[in-house]
Parts: sequence; structure tokens; C-alpha cells
Amino acid sequence: MDISYILFIPLIPLAVFLLLGIGYQKIKPTVSGYIGVAGLATSAALSYYAAYQYFFVSGKVDGVYQTIVEKTVWMNFTDTLHIDMGILVDPISIMMLVVVTTISLMVHIYSRGYMHGDTGYTKFFAFLSLFSFSMLGLVLATNLFQIYIFWELVGVSSYLLIGYYYTKTSAVAAAKKAFIVTRFADFGFLIGILIVGYYAGTFDFETLNAVNPEGEGLLLNWASTSFMGLSVITWGLLLIFMGGAGKSAMFPLHIWLPDAMEGPTPVSALIHAATMVVAGVYLVARLFPMYYFVEDGFALNVVAYVGAFSSLFAAIIALTQTDIKRVLAFSTMSQIGYMMLALGVSSYKGHEGVGYMASMFHLFTHAMFKALLFLGAGSVIHAVHSNYLKDMGGLRKYMPITNITFLIAALAIAGVPPFAGFWSKDEILVAAFEKNQLLYFVGLFVAGLTAFYMFRLYFGIFWGKNTKYKHEPHESPMSMAFPLLFLAFMSIVAGFIPFSEFVTADKVAFEAHLNLPLAAVAVGTGLVGIIIAWIFYKKENDLAERFANAFGIFYKWTFHKFYFDEIYMFVTKKIVFNLISTPIAKFDKKYVDGTMEGIGNKTVLISEKIKGLQSGRLQDYAMFFVSGVVFIALIFIYLWTN
Amino acid sequence: MNLNSFIAMRQEIFLLTILLLLIVGEIFIHKNKKESLVHFALFLFGIHTIIGFFAIEETSLFGGMFRTNTLIHFFKNALNVGVLIVLLQSADWIQEKMVPLNKGTEFFMLLFSSLLGMYFMISAGDFLMFYLGLELSTLPVAALVAWETSKRISSEAGVKFILSAGLASGASLFGISLLYAATGSIYFADISTVLTSTNLTLLGFLLFFAGLAFKISLVPFHFWTADVYEGAPIGVASYLSVISKGAAAFILMILLFTVLKPLMHVWENIIYVIALATMFIGNLFALRQQNMKRFLAFSSIAQAGFILLGLITGTQLGTATVVYFILVYIFTNLAAFGVVQAIALQTGKENRDDYNGLYRTNPNLSLVMMLALFSLAGIPPVAGFFGKFFLFAAAASKGYYLLVFLAVVNVTISLYYYLLVVRAMFIRKNENPIPFFKSKIYMRLGLLLTVLGILVLGLYSPLYDYIFELSTLFNK
Repeated sequence: MDISYILFIPLIPLAVFLLLGIGYQKIKPTVSGYIGVAGLATSAALSYYAAYQYFFVSGKVDGVYQTIVEKTVWMNFTDTLHIDMGILVDPISIMMLVVVTTISLMVHIYSRGYMHGDTGYTKFFAFLSLFSFSMLGLVLATNLFQIYIFWELVGVSSYLLIGYYYTKTSAVAAAKKAFIVTRFADFGFLIGILIVGYYAGTFDFETLNAVNPEGEGLLLNWASTSFMGLSVITWGLLLIFMGGAGKSAMFPLHIWLPDAMEGPTPVSALIHAATMVVAGVYLVARLFPMYYFVEDGFALNVVAYVGAFSSLFAAIIALTQTDIKRVLAFSTMSQIGYMMLALGVSSYKGHEGVGYMASMFHLFTHAMFKALLFLGAGSVIHAVHSNYLKDMGGLRKYMPITNITFLIAALAIAGVPPFAGFWSKDEILVAAFEKNQLLYFVGLFVAGLTAFYMFRLYFGIFWGKNTKYKHEPHESPMSMAFPLLFLAFMSIVAGFIPFSEFVTADKVAFEAHLNLPLAAVAVGTGLVGIIIAWIFYKKENDLAERFANAFGIFYKWTFHKFYFDEIYMFVTKKIVFNLISTPIAKFDKKYVDGTMEGIGNKTVLISEKIKGLQSGRLQDYAMFFVSGVVFIALIFIYLWTN
Repeated sequence: MNLNSFIAMRQEIFLLTILLLLIVGEIFIHKNKKESLVHFALFLFGIHTIIGFFAIEETSLFGGMFRTNTLIHFFKNALNVGVLIVLLQSADWIQEKMVPLNKGTEFFMLLFSSLLGMYFMISAGDFLMFYLGLELSTLPVAALVAWETSKRISSEAGVKFILSAGLASGASLFGISLLYAATGSIYFADISTVLTSTNLTLLGFLLFFAGLAFKISLVPFHFWTADVYEGAPIGVASYLSVISKGAAAFILMILLFTVLKPLMHVWENIIYVIALATMFIGNLFALRQQNMKRFLAFSSIAQAGFILLGLITGTQLGTATVVYFILVYIFTNLAAFGVVQAIALQTGKENRDDYNGLYRTNPNLSLVMMLALFSLAGIPPVAGFFGKFFLFAAAASKGYYLLVFLAVVNVTISLYYYLLVVRAMFIRKNENPIPFFKSKIYMRLGLLLTVLGILVLGLYSPLYDYIFELSTLFNK
């Protein structure tokens, strides 16, 4: 299978970025919108073609999906250790290509309406394309180092997009926060990469993940050295997961995600719902054989528990938030926790690998309906010019398309059949039930919470009190409505894709069955959540408030997101800044800088002293020339003879 | 002369043809239409550069006096590209200032003669051919340095250059004769078999070395550099700093690694000392320079010191890193000189303080300059970083840790003064900065080529592997 055309999938957005970036003063805004959409549409078309080719024509050999790599050596360190650049094609990378290009294309189309009239219109599209390029490059990376390079590029471009409204202080702060927190996590990632690279002797995913023919263990010899009771490779994997947790907003590195909602809403849909935040999940999936086989999956267990806890934690916080984008942000964190959980309880072979499949499945469906939710929220915000639930209510009359599509997305995420979320969530719960019942109950409980807060949001926006609006809200233009409709369609049908045929841990297709009792329990839990939300928020009443008062302190804690921001502030400001940074800064100023400045001054002084050598007189130069020869001759012929 | 030898010498023959065509043109074209000869010369040289990229086979001609192989050919191509850039960057200056004085075509003729000399110098198979090439490459440049006869400083630079060059070439010739006396041959192939380390050969080597060290501007043979660069037309200065220096460093490396290999235990120490002296002196002087041309002169002295780090190894790795570094250096230094030239041509200003606030008025030029300076300073991921990194790695692989450490110290010093220029352009305020201007097409093309070179060399690594493969030719 020739895969070289896949290279164009990331390169086209890069070309668009360069074009718009260089010519942003000369290109008309409308034109730049079209260029952006056209570029992404081409990439998306290529991705669909690649997916078709791979899954249905030539990707499968003897029932196993092949991993196809094309690469060149970029930097050579030793005979075995080198950094390559290339593209890697396997089921998950193809799937991610489809997800990223689809969502990105929808966001591009949507932005043409949403950002209309914005002064930095062209710049916005340039940034979107840069982000798409980085994300696609990340997906196609063939080795740890390449993925790290694109990982950082994704970080930078998301920084640019979150801080897009750079005149707004809060947006700048949020961008900085996102950047610093993820950078901090990436530091762990980098150390992890170096550890794995050093002990395994390679960065290549193919070599790292190579499994023996019986599928019982890695070919990689990982049991080399141990450190504090764990194999160093396990430590490496844990650190790599730290990077993944940072990007995917897992507890306790989640604090940047809610603030990142300061960015334009299409950006939130692209970055914080469908693409960048699942990079962590993708990373673990990419290294799944390592996570599973190294030290009996110790690192994978950590992934499972971190995922489950984040999922629960975020779902609880989402219950009380009043900014609709923040509810969606916490919901994203919760759903990504779900995916991590699913990966964490997965095994490698055949049907036991259902968790892996479910995780990727959920990643796929979640991308569709969560992007839809964000874009729907954007549509609402566009209409009422506020992010807060208190300013909304009764909008169903004004915005029918947004209403219906939002409802579909809410049903999908709540896990109501036959919408997409039901199918993928069911597989996750099946996987958890078979492996770890505790995690299963956590997952089930979160499913109920999800249904509740989602419908709290839905009823709060579109039903509830009949707010009087200063300007009558109106349905969004077609450029914004079309992506909503398309994604709504996807949220309905995506669940019927037989994912286990395509994306599995060992790359061999298996039959997945609907586990009826488990499905019934999950749907029941979801419906309970929806019904409670119905009672609380369908009509305007004070039930919810009374309930909140009854919970008192707990409500307050959740509302303030368990004071995590405050804790971080306390630790950084009070402890790190005052107790550590300030003394070090003083020391640095006085002694380190002093020494350096001293050396610098001395250098300048010497430079001043020897300036007489360059007299400008040719006679002197000739003298130096000849005496130089004589001098060197004397030294090397008579004194320094070895 | 059969077809094979014709093909082997085709770079030389083509260049000579261009030269003759220019003479014919100069004679027969009317005085008022001389300007068209500038385009003509550029066009011909462009063609010559492109044709050069066709492969060539390893050949030896004239009983071993002239030889060529893929690495030498590759290097000639690098020189061609460099000269093409120099010409593009100087074209506006020639058209505006020199053609009215009826001195436009001669500029090309002299420059091409010098380049021809370099071809012969690096293709030499014996000391005679080498010496002829050396002289042919030097003498026309002396005329070019003094080209702006109306300026006193230019004439002074010309005199300084010709006298220093005379001294150097005299030393070189004396050294060659001593080597001949000791070995009884001037052919490289013969000398390398019979050369032994005696006081006579050592002295011969040293004198010979001094002559080349003059061309590369190694301390203590470097004094002419700053004065000449300052006085010479900028195009000539950049030619001296890049093409002349690169070619001399290349042939020095070939000679050290092949003919003079028996003396390695001595020359590695000499190079050690001279590398340190060159880096430190170059950097310490560069610190204080206000004039951009002098500044670049000392910076190029310091850069030559870094080249020696690769020379000291005497291995294939050393060859590859030196060639790669020179290649990077050609593009990088030409970018810096190009910006200086563009500004000097437009405004006549060449001091660092004049550059204050340049970014606000001429962002593109400032960015090119910044890229060039970052590359000179060796900041990743620009090409210059890899150039230095490979050199240091090569030296470290032979155990010269102290030398590498001191080289890193020098990189730090150089970073300081390179950033001074960046600060001037980007940060410092200026009441009346250099106003916005747009250079002509040749200049912009010349700058574009340098930028492309810096980026491609930095990011496209197979090129280095290719050079590394070629480098086996001189390290059997």
C-alpha cells in the first residue's frame, strides 16, 4: 500500500498556515476563510480515502491490520538510536486522521460564521491551520521524539488560540496557565522519553511495541534495571503518561481546561473537545502493548485509576457550574477519564482487548457529539452574548436547529440508545465490569451524573424560565447551522460503526456483542439522571436551589471546583515563590550574576587592552606574521616535540 | 585533449569561456549599453552553476597535476553557489556605482579569474599547480579590494592586501621548496610516501602552512583581515570572507589529511594552539567593533577558529564536519553581508548604531539578519547550530575535551556580540531609523537564496549524510 499521499494530509494545513501567515495583511478575510476551508476539506477528503484504502482494500493481511511506516533518518546519535521523521499508518492513526480532519473542517466552516467581522479573521484561520497541522503530525508520528515535537507544536498553537482575544486579560492568563501546566507535564513526558529511549535503545513505536508471535509479551527486553521497586521502563511509562495527563486534563493536572474556555468557542470545540485533549489517550493507546506488558501492566493500572477518579471528580464539579462552556469543559474531562479508564482495564488479545477498542470507539463518538455540544453552545452564546445559564432560558422557540441538535448531542452523551454515546459507553462498561468491578461502579455512577448535568444544561438553556431578551435571539446563519446538522447526523449514526472490526489492540478483528443486562442498567441510570434534571429544571422552580441548600458545604466545595485553583495558587505563590524562588533569586543575583558579570567585564577589559595589536600599520602586521612563524617553529621544533 | 579530460575540467573550461565572452562583450558593446553585460554575466554564471551539478567522475590529468573527484566537485559547486550569491548581492552596486565609471565588466572578469584560481587550487595534484592556483586566486582580489579608487580607504586596503598576500605567498613558496628539498618531489602522491618528520620538513610545513593560514585568517596571520574588509567594497569583502576562506580551508584540510598526514603528531598540536588563539582573538576583537564590516571580519576570524576543531581530528568525520560547516558558513555569512550591503547601498550607513530600530522600518531585512546571526552564533535549530555541533562532536570524539570546552566558552562570548546587533535592530529605540526601502530584485534573490540555504541545511539532514559519504575519498 502506497502511503506517501498521506503526507499531504498534514502538509496542506501547513501550507495554508504559511500562506495566510505571510500574506495576512494582503488577503481579504472572506478569501482567507475559503482558503482555510478548502485546505482542510482537501485534507479531510484524503483522510477518508486513506481510511477506505486502509480498512477495506489493502490494510489487512491475513486478518491482521498492518502497521505501515515510511520514514527517513533525521538525526543520528548511535547506530541504533536515531530520531526519524516519517508517517506511521495503523488503525488508530487512520481513525484519528478522520476524527481530526472532520472536526477541524466543521470548525473551519463554523468559524466563518462565528468569527465574522472579527479584526483578526485571517490570523484566526492561520492559527487554526497551524493547529490542524500540528495535531495531524502528532497523530502520524513514527517515534517518541517526533510525537514530542508535534506535541509541543500543538501546545504552542493551542496557546495562540486560547489567547486569541489577547486584549482580554483573562484570556491571556488562561492561555498562559494552559501553557505552563501542560509544559510542566511535558517535562515529565520528556524525561520519560529519554528514559525509555536510553534503556530500550530506540524511540521507534514499531520496535517498542513489537510483540512476539504468540502475543504473550514484548520483544523488548524491559526488565533491565529497577528503581525504587519498579522497572525503569515502568517509570518511563508513568512519566510519559504524566505528559498525556497534562494534555488530556487528568486529575491533578486538569486545572487549565476550564480556564481555557476563554478562547473563541470554535476553538474549544476543536481543541478542548475532539482533538488536543484526547492526545493523552492517543499516546497511551499508541504505546498500549508497552503499557500492558511491562511489569504486568502496572503503569496501565495507574492509567485506569487516574482516569476513573478524574471522571468522577469532573462529573461532580460539572453538576454545579453555571458557565455553560465550563460545564462542557468538565464534561470533557470526565469523558476523557472514561477513555483512560477503558484503556486501563483492557487486555491485549482478542475479545479481552475490548477496553482498548471501546476507548477508541468512545474517542470517536465523543469527538462528534462533544464538538456538537460546543458548537451548539457557541451558537447560543452568539445569540444571547453571555456564557451564563442565568441569562438563558426558553431559547427553544428562537433557535430550533440549535435546540434539536443540542438535544441529540445531550442524548448521545447521556448514553441513550440508539445515539452514538450509548454504544461506545456500553463497551467501556462491559470492559470495566469484566476486569474491575469497583471501576465499573464508578463508571456507572458517572454515567448517571453525566446524564443529569447534561440535561440540567439542556433544560436550563432551552426550557426553564422565559427570559426577556434585550435583542431577540435568532437562529445562527447557515455556515454555523450546517456543521451542527452534520455533527448531529454523525452523533446518531457513529454508534453503528462496527468498531471492533477495525480498531483493536492486537489489530485482529473480533465480534463485539451488546451485553444486554449491563446495557439496561446503564441506560436506566442515565434515564434516572435525565428524569431528575427534568423535575428540577424543566419548569422554573426552586427545587434545585432547595436541594443545593440542603447539601450546603458540599455544594459550595463543588461549585468552587474543590478549591483546586486556590491550592495550586497557595503552593506556587506562598511556598514555591516565597520560600524557594526568592532566596534562590537573591543568590542568583548576588553570586551567580556577580561572577558572570565579573567574567564579562574582564573579557571586555582584555578586549580593550589588546586593541593596540591591530594598529593599522602594515609593517607591524608583517612583523607579527614573521615572528608568528618563527615563534611557532621554535616551540614545535625544539620545545614541544613528541 | 580528449573528451574525458574535457569533462573532468568542464567547470574550469566553462568559467574560462564565460570570461572570454565577457572580454569580447566588453570590447564590442557600446559604452552606453555596458549595463546589459551585468545581466549577461549573471545569466551565464547562473547557467554555469546549474550545469555544475551534473556528476563528475574521479579523474587525474596532466600526469597527476590536476585531479578531481566527487568531493572536490561538490565543493566547487558550493563555491559556485556562494559566488552566485555574492554576485547577485553586488549586482545593484555594480550597476549603480561601477557601470557609470565603465568598470562593471572588469569586476566580473577579475572575480571569475580568482574563482578559476580556486578551482585549480583545490583540484591541484602537486604543489606547482597548487601554487599557481593560489596566486591566480589572490592577485585579482587585490585589484578588487582597491576597486573604489575614489576612496582612500579602499586604496589603502588594496595595498595592505597585496603586500600581506605577497609575504604570505613568499612564505608558502619557501615552505614548498623546503619540502621539495627534503622529499625530492612536488607531487602530493609521492610526497606522502616519503615524508618523515625532520626539522627541515617541519619548518617547510610551517612556512607553507602560514601562507594558507593567511588566506583563512588564522591568528597570528590575520591582521590584514579587518582593515581590508573595511576598505574593500562589501561584495569583495564577503567574497574574501566566504569563498576565499572556504576554499583555502578545504585545500588545507585535504593536504593535512593526505600529504601531510605523516606530520600529524606535530600539526595537531599546532592547530590546537592556533585554534584557541584564533577563537579568542577573533571574539575579543569582535566585541568592540562598531563598524559592521569590521565586526563581520573579526567574527569570520573566530569562525575560522571553529573550523580548526574539525581539522584537528584527521578523520572522515572531521572532513565531513568541516565541509558541512563551510557550506553552512557560506550561506550564513553571505546572508549577514548581504543585509549589510543592502543597507550600505541604500543609505551609506554601516555602523551598528545605525541599525537601531531597524525592525520597525525594515522587518524583512531584520529577520534575515537575525537568522544569519543566530546561525553564526549557533542557536538551534538553525543550520549554524548543527555545523558547530558536528565540529565539536568530531573534536570530542578524538578526546579534545578541553579544546571543546574552550570553544564553547567562545561560543558564549560570540553570542553576546551577535545579540548586540539583534538588540539594536529589535529592541533599541531610534529617533530617525533607517527608513523603509525595497531592494532590487537581484539583491532580494541573493538574500532569499541564503535564507533558503540556512533553513534547508539546518532541517534537511540527508545532505550531511551525503557529505559524510563523499568524505571517504580522502580518508582511506
